[in-house]
Amino acid sequence: MAFAAFGSAPATEHKSPVKSGRIVLALLMPGLIYLGLFFFTPLFSLIITSLETPAASGAIGAYDYGFAWQNYVTVLQSYFPQILRSFYYATVATLIALLISYPLAYFIGVKLRRFPLFQRLMLTLVIAPFFISFLLRTIAWKQIFADEGWIMQFVYNMHWMPTSEHFLGSDFAVIFGLTYNFIPFMTLPLYTTLERFDIRFLEAGADLYASPAKVFRKITLPLSMPGIISGTLLVFIPIAGDYVNASRDFLGSSKTSMIGTMVESDFLQNWDYPSASALSVMLMAVIVVLVSLYVRSAGTEDLL
Amino acid sequence: MKRFAIGKFTLPVYSVLALCFMLIPIVYTIVFSFNNSHRSNTTWEGFTFDKWLGVCNRPDVCEALGNSLVIGAVSTLIATILGTALAIGLVRYRFRARALVNLALFLPMATPEVVLGAGLAGLFFNAGVGAGWVTIIIAHVMFCLSFVVVTVKARVQTLDPVLEEAGRDLYANPNQVFWKITFPLLLPGIVSAALLAFSLSFDDFIITYFNSGDVTTFPKYIYVAAARGVPAEANVIASGVFIAAILVVLITQIRGAVKRKRLLKSS
Repeated sequence: MAFAAFGSAPATEHKSPVKSGRIVLALLMPGLIYLGLFFFTPLFSLIITSLETPAASGAIGAYDYGFAWQNYVTVLQSYFPQILRSFYYATVATLIALLISYPLAYFIGVKLRRFPLFQRLMLTLVIAPFFISFLLRTIAWKQIFADEGWIMQFVYNMHWMPTSEHFLGSDFAVIFGLTYNFIPFMTLPLYTTLERFDIRFLEAGADLYASPAKVFRKITLPLSMPGIISGTLLVFIPIAGDYVNASRDFLGSSKTSMIGTMVESDFLQNWDYPSASALSVMLMAVIVVLVSLYVRSAGTEDLL
Repeated sequence: MKRFAIGKFTLPVYSVLALCFMLIPIVYTIVFSFNNSHRSNTTWEGFTFDKWLGVCNRPDVCEALGNSLVIGAVSTLIATILGTALAIGLVRYRFRARALVNLALFLPMATPEVVLGAGLAGLFFNAGVGAGWVTIIIAHVMFCLSFVVVTVKARVQTLDPVLEEAGRDLYANPNQVFWKITFPLLLPGIVSAALLAFSLSFDDFIITYFNSGDVTTFPKYIYVAAARGVPAEANVIASGVFIAAILVVLITQIRGAVKRKRLLKSS
């Protein structure tokens, strides 16, 4: 449902005819087989690789099938700071993205409802960042916050920060970049939920002498929960696996490495496939837990 | 509604400010595509159209763009066909494994890109398939598929089955019903889905980086160039793509809004 906004669909829905059989198979099978081959098989292959041991030949990058459970222990021990940091960044950035997105989505979805043209224009601006390279956008922030840029010069001149310290390369810079890059993924699901939301509930609350704050807490917030949850998933998960913002060439430094950084360097530079796979499998396990908690509370119909 | 008078201006002003914040790096990227820079594009050195007029003076940037366009087009085509079929099947038919299919489609969207990238790269490596064009396209179709399904599904849900029944009553065969009724009505959704798939494919870096071998896509070019400074020509390409995409979106959105206004008036 998160990306329903792209479908430019009015809110009316029609009952589906109950049918089944060969047509369903013909429609669903090609796509499902594709996902089976290129989504589920790779995940399975990651699990197998994560248990491999270095090849008896001793060649670098060669591994034998095995059941080396200790790979997981080793990875947990050596990458504990990165794992902790990834979830810390993801939690903070998701919360900030939610705080920034909620009023915006409320304005577009509820207040602008009677002005479809403005609504569409604002929505287009929300998704506008999708159409320009996110690497270049991140580099733009890097240059804006560079030490010699006017923002940092101002900060240094006002003595808000000693010149020995830098914004780039700090936890704060990485969280800033992550938040910025994922705000649209929070705003869209919130918008789709709020757009369907019946304003008469608010009027009813106000008629019954509830204060605006109480109306928000008792009516608006509970009704926007599906959007909040699906936005949180769509932002938290990719952030936990991101490594571009935290990379030294972008907003981070060697002190901001995340899970993704380690997977990338183990896989592409050190050819340590079992470690990279073990780390990926652990990340995936956390995500499966999060998604299943969501499915438990909301079912699967609203997932898409 | 008058009770909310205090918030009357706060919310609109805040929303406009928030959107302006979102647009800062976009404007920055476009402005720096006109920078008369020499090696790296970090400081402003004067206005010029030269980079726009001679993008392909940097053949490496142009080649990366070409690769990305081809990969984007092929992946979008395959993902849109597979995804549209899935979306129709999911909305129109009730079957027992529905919940499972929904979950199978959601998981790829919820999986971090490093996991998808490393998983596919490992699979190709174990199967002895060399990384290159084919592996990139396979990967892109995979992560675009779910997004296509979500987008088209929203459109299928708004489709009134009565229209198709009417077609059948008038002796249209299933083929005619699909191409004369269902498909034209779904087209706006399919177009937005294809646009979304293309922009996801065009902008993907992490998964591509794991599965690209020697092939350089546009985002991969930028990532590699980031260490020594991205040339202004890259900004030109990104800005050009952005302007083209935003025009397409604006036109479809405005047409949609106008249609909706007419519907609101008539009802």
